Order: sequence, then C-alpha cells, then structure tokens
Amino acid sequence: MRHNAQHVAARRLAPSRRNLLKSAGALVVSIGAPMPFDPARAAGDAFVAGAKPPLTPDQLSSYIAVNADGTVLAFYGKIDGGQGLHVAIAQMVAEELDVPFKAVKVVMGDTGTSVNQGGASGATGVQEGGKQLRAAAAEARRVLVELAAERLGVSAERLSVDNGVVHTGTEMAKSVSYAELMGGRYFNVTLAWNGKIGNPLYAPGKAKPKDPKDYKIVGQPIKREDVAPLVFAQRDFCTDVKVPGMVHGRMIRPAIAGAVPATVDEGSIKHIPGARVVWNQGFLGVVADKEWDAIKASRDLKVTWSNAAPPFPEQASLHDHIRKAPVRKREVAEQTGNVDEAFKSAARIIEAEYEWPFQSHASMGPACAVVAIENDQVTLWTGSQKPHFTRDGVAAILGLPPDKVRAIWIPGPGSYGRNDAGDAAMDAALLAKAVGKPVRLQYMRDQGTGWDPKGPASIHRARAAIDAAGKMTAYEFGSKAFPRVDVNSNESKPHDTLAGQLTGVALHSGDGFAVPEDSYGFANKRTYWETVAPLLDRGSPLRTSHLRDPIGPQVHFASESFMDEVAAALKVDPVAFRLQYVTDARDIAVIKAAAEKAGWQPRVSPRQDQSGTKVSGRGFAYVQRHPTRVAMVAEVEVDRSTGKIWVRKCTVAHDCGQIINPDGLRQVIEGGVVQAISRTLWEEVRFNTKNVTSVDWLTYPILNITEAPETIDVVLIDRPEIPPTGAGEPATRPVAAAIVNAVFDATGVRIRRAPLSPDNVKSALS
Amino acid sequence: MDEKFTLNVDGRTHTVTADPDTPLLYVLRDDLGLNNPHFGCGLAQCGACTVHLDGRPIPSCITTISAVGQAKITTLAGLGTPEKPHPLQTAYIEEQVPQCGYCITGWLMTAAAFLRDNKKPTDAQIRAALEELKCRCGTHVAILRAVKRAAAMMG
Repeated sequence: MRHNAQHVAARRLAPSRRNLLKSAGALVVSIGAPMPFDPARAAGDAFVAGAKPPLTPDQLSSYIAVNADGTVLAFYGKIDGGQGLHVAIAQMVAEELDVPFKAVKVVMGDTGTSVNQGGASGATGVQEGGKQLRAAAAEARRVLVELAAERLGVSAERLSVDNGVVHTGTEMAKSVSYAELMGGRYFNVTLAWNGKIGNPLYAPGKAKPKDPKDYKIVGQPIKREDVAPLVFAQRDFCTDVKVPGMVHGRMIRPAIAGAVPATVDEGSIKHIPGARVVWNQGFLGVVADKEWDAIKASRDLKVTWSNAAPPFPEQASLHDHIRKAPVRKREVAEQTGNVDEAFKSAARIIEAEYEWPFQSHASMGPACAVVAIENDQVTLWTGSQKPHFTRDGVAAILGLPPDKVRAIWIPGPGSYGRNDAGDAAMDAALLAKAVGKPVRLQYMRDQGTGWDPKGPASIHRARAAIDAAGKMTAYEFGSKAFPRVDVNSNESKPHDTLAGQLTGVALHSGDGFAVPEDSYGFANKRTYWETVAPLLDRGSPLRTSHLRDPIGPQVHFASESFMDEVAAALKVDPVAFRLQYVTDARDIAVIKAAAEKAGWQPRVSPRQDQSGTKVSGRGFAYVQRHPTRVAMVAEVEVDRSTGKIWVRKCTVAHDCGQIINPDGLRQVIEGGVVQAISRTLWEEVRFNTKNVTSVDWLTYPILNITEAPETIDVVLIDRPEIPPTGAGEPATRPVAAAIVNAVFDATGVRIRRAPLSPDNVKSALS
Repeated sequence: MDEKFTLNVDGRTHTVTADPDTPLLYVLRDDLGLNNPHFGCGLAQCGACTVHLDGRPIPSCITTISAVGQAKITTLAGLGTPEKPHPLQTAYIEEQVPQCGYCITGWLMTAAAFLRDNKKPTDAQIRAALEELKCRCGTHVAILRAVKRAAAMMG
C-alpha cells in the first residue's frame, strides 16, 4: 500500500449523476447510487462528489456497502491500535449478514468513508463501535432479504441466507445473491440515529440482531490477516506516507518549559538546502527538502528564548506540592450511609496514603503527520486514534470548515490514548500552511517522550473503620491529583493542542478525575476526588490527558492495595476478604476463577517462611471497568539486595460479556497486562524545575524482555447473552495492586508509591 | 557536501547522492523508498531501525552512509518473502504477535541473527539476546513464544 495525493485529486472529479433505481413499491428507498470502482478508497471520494447518500450517521450506506462481487465493506469510525480489533468487527458484521468472514473488509478511521464513532476511546471498539456495525449489518440483511422476497416473489419469512445467497430453503429452488441484489450500489436506507456522535453514536434499523445461540462466526478464534504484511515489510505506517512535493518538518521546543522564542536567526541555517523557519509566537519549526536536513536545521537554528521562570517544583517534592495545592474542583462520587459516624464509633481505623507519578505514552516512535493543502482542500494522514476529531482540530486551526479537511488514519507508531499524534497533526497543518507545500512532520525521540501529554500524578487516601467484631463498617477513598484532562482526550479544539496553545488561543483546561470501580458493599462508603491546577498552564510538557485506562491504574493501585492492607491487618486471606464484601455475582465469579486457576491456597499475608536475599510472594487484585470485570493473581520474585522485582506469573480472569474472538481477546489482555507491569515497575516521568528530563529510553525506562513474565494465564468467562464490553483497558487496571500486594506477601513491606523500580524498592526494604 | 554512494540492499545495487554524515536510515527510507526500518529514537536505544550489515544487526539510525562501505545491507524485506518466509516470520504469523507492529523490525532482525548463530537456545539466552530491544505495546510474552517456535523450526 502506498499513499499519495491521488485522493486530493479524486475529490475534484465532477459529481456523478445520481442513478436511483426506479423500482416499484416500498423498496424504492433501499437502493442508492452505483458505487464506483475500488470502493474501499473511492466510496469516500464519491461521497465528496455527491454520488452517494450523505455520509451521515443516519444512513445505512455510512456503515455497510455490498461490492459488485458480493464482498462487503464495513466503514468503521474507530480504529485498531494494533490489537486486531478489525477482525472482531468483521466477525460481527459477517455474522449478521450471513456472509463468510473473509467476504468482509473493515475500512477504518477515514473521515472520507466513515462517520465519527469516536475513534479509539475508552475500550469501546466492540462495546460501542461494534454494537453499531452489528446493528447496521443486521439492517442490511433485512433490507437485502426484502429485496430478494420481491425479486423471487416469495415472502421474506420463507427466505434464509447462506454465504451471501438468499434462498427459499434447503432445496434452493429459488435463490438470489447479495451481489445480484445490491452489488456495487449503495444502500439508501435511513436509520434511527440517536443524534449523538463519538462513542455513544447509535443508529439501529428495524432489524433485530441475531440471537447469540445462532452464532457461527462470532465466538470463533479467527486469526488476523494483517500480521503477514507486517512481518514481510509490506505494510506502511503513517510515518511512511509520501506526497509529491513534500518537505520534511521538525519542531523546536524550549529548554525551559514556558519560554518562547525571543530571536530566531534564520541565517544560521542558510547553508542547509531548502531550510526554512516557521515562527509564530511560541510555535517554532523548520522545514527542509530532505529529512536529515530538517533535523540538522532544527539543531543548528540559533534561537534565544524569553526569560521564563522555571515552572516546576523539584521532582522530590511533587507529591507534597499536590498535598498542599489548593483544591480546584472537588466531587463526591459516592456517598452511602453515615461515614463520619461510622468512623467515630469504630473500634479500629486503618488508613494509608499512596502516590502515583506522571507517566508518558512514550510511544514506540515519536508521532508523525503529513498534511497537504491544495486550493483550501486539506488532506491529513495521521496516526491519531481519533481522526474525525483531528479533522475538526486541523480545520479549526487553519480557519476552514471541517468538510474541507479529510483525515485519513494510518497506523502510527503506537497509540494508547491522547498521545503526541494529535499535536503532530496540528503542527504539521501550521507548517504546511506556512510553507505552501505538503509537509511530513515527525517529532524526535525527546519530543515524543518529553512533550507528549502525560498521565496525571496523584495521591490517594483510604480509610477503613473496623468494628469490635472485626467487620469493616466504613470505607472512605479519596484522590487529590492533577486533572485527568488538562488537554482533552481528543484534539478537536486548538486549545487542547501545543500548536494552539503556542499560538495564543484562549486556554481551557479540562478537569475531572475518577474513583475506584468495584462492588464492595460496605454499609458506609464515601469516594471522592479533588483536582489541583496544572503546574504550567500553557504549552506544558506535563499537561495531562488520557493514557491507557485513564486514571484506572493509579486509583486501583491504591484502592486494591488498601483492601490488601485491611485484610492483612485483620489477618484474613486477601481473596476471602474480598469475597466477604463484594456483592456483584459477576465480580464474585471472576475473583473465584482467578483464584482457582492460580491454585490459590487461603492464608494470611505476608509469608512468614522465607529468609535470605531472594523471596517470592503472591498478590491479588480485582476491579471493575464497568461493565467489564477483571481479577488477577500476580506471583513475584523479589531480590532484596538489588530491589529488583520479577513478575514471574500472572493469572487473569476476565469477564467482558459476550466474547467475539477468544484468541484475539487473550492477546489483548496479555499486552495490557505486560504494559501495566512496565508502568508499575519502571515508569515515572522525571523532571527538574525547568523541564521534563525523561527524553529517551534511558531516562524513561520501560520493561525489557528479560523481565517479561514466564506465564500469563488468562481465564475467559464468556457470557454470550450479555452485550460485549471493553477489553483493551480493563486488564491494565488490577496489575499494579496485584504486584504490590505480592511484594508485601514476599517481604512484609508495604510499598505505597509507584513505580516499584529497583531503587525505590531497595529504599523501601532498607 | 554530497557524495555518491553505491549500496547493496536486499541483493540489489543502488546509487545515491547524500551527505556522508546522513544516517543510513534516512537513505533507505527517503531515497530508496524502503520504509521498513523505522525511526524510533535515533539513539540506538530501541531497535526499530535495525538492518543487517553483512549479517550483523546494526542500528541504521546512527550508522552513517559513509560507514557502510561495501557491506551488504539486508532489511526486513530481504529476510524472507511470503513465498519463502524466514522461520521467524512464519512464527510471528502463527503466534499472532503484533500489537502496533512498529518495533517488529528490531525483534525479527536481531532474533534472526541470534538464531542463525545459536541453535537450540535456552529461554534465558533468548531473553538476554533481545534485552536491548523495546516494545511499547507489551507483546514480549508473545515474542518469546514466536522466537522459541522459530528456534524449534530451525532445529
């Protein structure tokens, strides 16, 4: 696959004349215009040219099309970040349409071919995005069967569908294929759209999706077809897009966060072919014809910067800063019973405080974007996981209406939320506008790690009231933290991007945090959060936004550590303790499944039978990421002399309702767990008073393969009757607590601060 | 000042004109259109840009074109093909390793050289050989399965 400017040209083609079929009866609205050749690419172009029903959420043609050969296109307004999500979507569509799995191609994340289903967001790929595609496919089947009924002169109730052929039964006396009925033409069917865009978009038709007991394709462990092109070097990334006339861009960031260029000496890069400076207030970039020249220009350019006061506290005092900072916003999420009274009358109170650091997406490669502007028509190639929102942001920063911008998502170098991809798209747009040429911008490593939006640092306080009988009667859990979205989780507004903030748009810092999700049925319970203001309000390398399972790892690190602390203080087995208070049947099932699979033998933590340098232990944690449930057992080895932890084995029980593809789901869970082990053991954004100092893999270490677990056992609980829910994020959530609890079991020492790097563990053990 | 260089890449000869200090990575990607070696860090810390020079894995992001000399360059595209895959490529497909896939080059090219020189490696040897590589999506456990599968295929 190679991408070039043909899309831009294609959109200027004269509109094709509508060619609606003049068929009789009620079905006249079912068939739209003919689809052009190469529909996967051209469908969007045809839309722009007006040949197709409008690309709006209320049109069936916005989700499903039948090609002339009977194969099916599913237009999906989300993307797959590398987990094979498109396979699950194709399974859901093929199932409802009764076509072979291989007949379905999922076209993802192109604003020219799909509506805004929210991009990758909140582990809703199947839960919301799949739900919509399933509904659309069911409606497409209904329409096709009705068309067949008319064509064959039999009632629709008498018809069945196999492999895309509608027929009258086993004798196949009468039959007609989807290709014959509809191939190469757009549906012209209106759906009952709920009026929402993004994740909650839902637009069902009249058809009811299948009963899960009839599934033949959903639930099967179908493999990904996109692994082979990757290993044979045949699939391009966003970084590989080349457009004729394209120049290379690089951005320049200040040494002291918040400083802006005072003087820029363009003469200092005169010797570099094609090198040009783009400077607007705090926005400073260079372009050159060749990539290496752009890099050299970004290094050689002489810049003096404004006298900015160092904006950050010393890193060692970060959590003290959070403790002392004024509360910007407070929200009580849950209040049951009379918490204060319960604490007053408690026989015993157990309390603890936990700390979590800033973390970086630190994607495998720094973000890249390519922008071509031609006669006010903009094409953006982006790795952003929310391309529809990126389109809106690029349009806004260029002062154009959104329909002048087409954003084409192409897999980027890793994506776990609102990373640097959104900023790169906006920067590339400003560079391209300034130099009047298509621009490919890629950040450098220090910018990918140092200047991406960060997962917020936080402190968490938990208290338990215990009565004379040893029963936990009250629970209070609160967080104080930087907000979850200093910049929003998408880049649709310039104020949520570096480019916007550095060119002077009015700021609008988002807010909010989160509380633990579980079903502990304590009689008196209060959960709340408080946020504090960002350390630097404009263009900050510590601005916060969504990083995989936003707020989940930190909150549940604390809450599930605390449950373990209470269990240990009461001398109760940690699994038994949870089962004593958890009220939800699905929660109880995952807890029991994980414990059973891991061979959990009840006893009180910590172990008392070890001495010497190397000790081992086990830990338990359970979470909801509503409505998915996960329970996990971590078995760890701790080297007391080095502080090094090896998470030798993980056992994960996972209930996300109906399972679409068990093998795909296992891989998703496995990846989520390993990444979360990395975040737990290693990851902490370092900074000094002037700037972030985590700028590469030495200063932002992550897990390496010598530390990967020996075994990750995954127990999948399938509930076909319950709609499928998220899987990309929930398994991330219990990992930190399970590990910390295991370290306590092994050593008897409770570590309340992440990450559990060797230095931190060693000092905790000494 | 630009100079002319002749490169042998995946069995083909190319002539390019470039600044001698240009890292090989940019020549492969931008001048020859071989997109597979990826820019990950530019610091030889991650492996995403790995190619073989005469069979030895090197980071093309810090290897200048003038340092290549007559060495034969192999990229992932030259490691195997769908018709004649390297066992590691087959194993990756069987084990369905990817998440984002941006790091794959480093793992495949490094493991290919390691397995060529180390028959029947132990788990610890495999881990040690791949220690310097980065994967951000957490596919490490799947990578280990794939490398062990390939090792078994290679006897």
